[in-house]
Amino acid sequence: MSEEIIKDVIVRESEDYIINMGPQHPSTHGVLRFEVCLKGETVKYLIPHIGYIHRGIEKMCEADTYQQIIHLTDRMDYLSAHINNEAVCMVVEEAMQVEVPERVKYIRTILDELNRIASHQLWWCAFGMDLGALTAFFYGLRDREHILDIFEESFGSRLLHSFNTPGGLMHDVHPNFQKRTKEFITYFRKKLPEYDQLLTGNIIFQERVKGVGYMSREKAIAYGVTGPSGRGSNLACDIRKIAPYGAYDKVQFDEILMTEGDTFARYQVRMGEMLESMKIIEQLVDNIPEGDFTAKMKPIIKLPAGEYFKRVETARGELAVYVVSDGNKTPYRMKFRSPNFSNLFVMNELAAGGKIADLVAISGSLDLVIPDIDR
Amino acid sequence: MNSISKYFSDLFRGISSLWAGMRVTGKYFISPGQIVTQQYPENRATLKMEPRFKGEIIMPHDENNQHACTGCGICEINCPNGSIEIITDRVPNVDGKPERVIDKHIFHLSMCTFCGLCVKTCPSDALAFGQEFEHAVFDRHKLTKVLNQPGSSLKKEAKK
Repeated sequence: MSEEIIKDVIVRESEDYIINMGPQHPSTHGVLRFEVCLKGETVKYLIPHIGYIHRGIEKMCEADTYQQIIHLTDRMDYLSAHINNEAVCMVVEEAMQVEVPERVKYIRTILDELNRIASHQLWWCAFGMDLGALTAFFYGLRDREHILDIFEESFGSRLLHSFNTPGGLMHDVHPNFQKRTKEFITYFRKKLPEYDQLLTGNIIFQERVKGVGYMSREKAIAYGVTGPSGRGSNLACDIRKIAPYGAYDKVQFDEILMTEGDTFARYQVRMGEMLESMKIIEQLVDNIPEGDFTAKMKPIIKLPAGEYFKRVETARGELAVYVVSDGNKTPYRMKFRSPNFSNLFVMNELAAGGKIADLVAISGSLDLVIPDIDR
Repeated sequence: MNSISKYFSDLFRGISSLWAGMRVTGKYFISPGQIVTQQYPENRATLKMEPRFKGEIIMPHDENNQHACTGCGICEINCPNGSIEIITDRVPNVDGKPERVIDKHIFHLSMCTFCGLCVKTCPSDALAFGQEFEHAVFDRHKLTKVLNQPGSSLKKEAKK
């Protein structure tokens, strides 16, 4: 079955006209190179070349203690840094059989969703800009600034906030946190319709994204596409629903699913997810229980020998962390299943046969973060 | 006939969708009270960072030029990047026994990733985050800083 769906061998021919898109192309959002074979303006095939920003994070983890690993996971998918932190923390907590306080679970979930909104806002800005709508870029960043201010007040950093630590949080959130989060929700509920007026309803934008880059549900499963990109193809892959972690089992929210599978469907899933994230935050922010911000942990964490696995839903899909421990204070092997790596390799299927101008729309709709691909 | 009506309906749909977007930008154009842009280099005098902002790592000294660092080296062990180096010295204390004091607490800002483990794990709360964020220099050696001030000594109450 999968052999028919996945085209794994691409045969280059000598008369192919090959153009390199990247590694310094603005719409690849990082150092990624697409080797695009063209026939006129039509894309014949496309080969992604990765590794330009490989830092060996998985290998570096083998030399670090579990507290030190946290700051490396920030630097994989930097737009959902908090969610990446949480994945590693949850693995360690599960292995040590530590029950984190309810307060930590609530705060982590709220921060996850704030981080998801901030990530989708930046994606919306960049997607608009890729397609030539520069105004969208400023409006998205204006609203993202409010979330980053909340982050800065509580953790001291805006993007790479190593706020989680195995067992809980580094320190308690700022006393203003609840008030400012509620202020942000009321603010953003008013501003989100502007996004639709500016970009979603725009005729030029719709002509460029509708019916472009069709991905069937089978293809999404075969390539392991997860997150909003997979849900745009009617693939129910939300880890928050399948295997709830944190406080997700206590909240009501819908998993946004679209059946069209094109670029516009993936766009609409993300726009809908921002609303759903706000719903989750509203349910939790008033009910944060009092208590400790961290469970009791030993200063030197030694995981019992064995294998541990945990997965979370980042803003781009399923991030899975697999740890093999031999009982030392550093892991024997650490493996991250990053969502962007799987999402990238479906590009050839989506772009082949289309025009080269659509390539930018497709790669934008997959919302790739290159440091997460290379790690 | 059908294609002509489609042409005109597309045209008007396009104009109306452009108008919807222009209305949003026009609304902000005529209401300058909603401008959120900060004029950064000009507002330097009034710019205040959050108290928890992680700008750099500092060692607070009191008015007697005393700090709380005992030179235990826990921050150096916990740092994932090797950006902290502690050079200790042994000097005799009041009882005549040799005691460990810091000679230099060296902080390499160029290697720091601001994970905050040194500040969190310090047993005597000798380290803190500073609010300074304008770190650009022409010579990278200026990014290596000695945190304890010259002539400083250990706070008496910090001793256990």
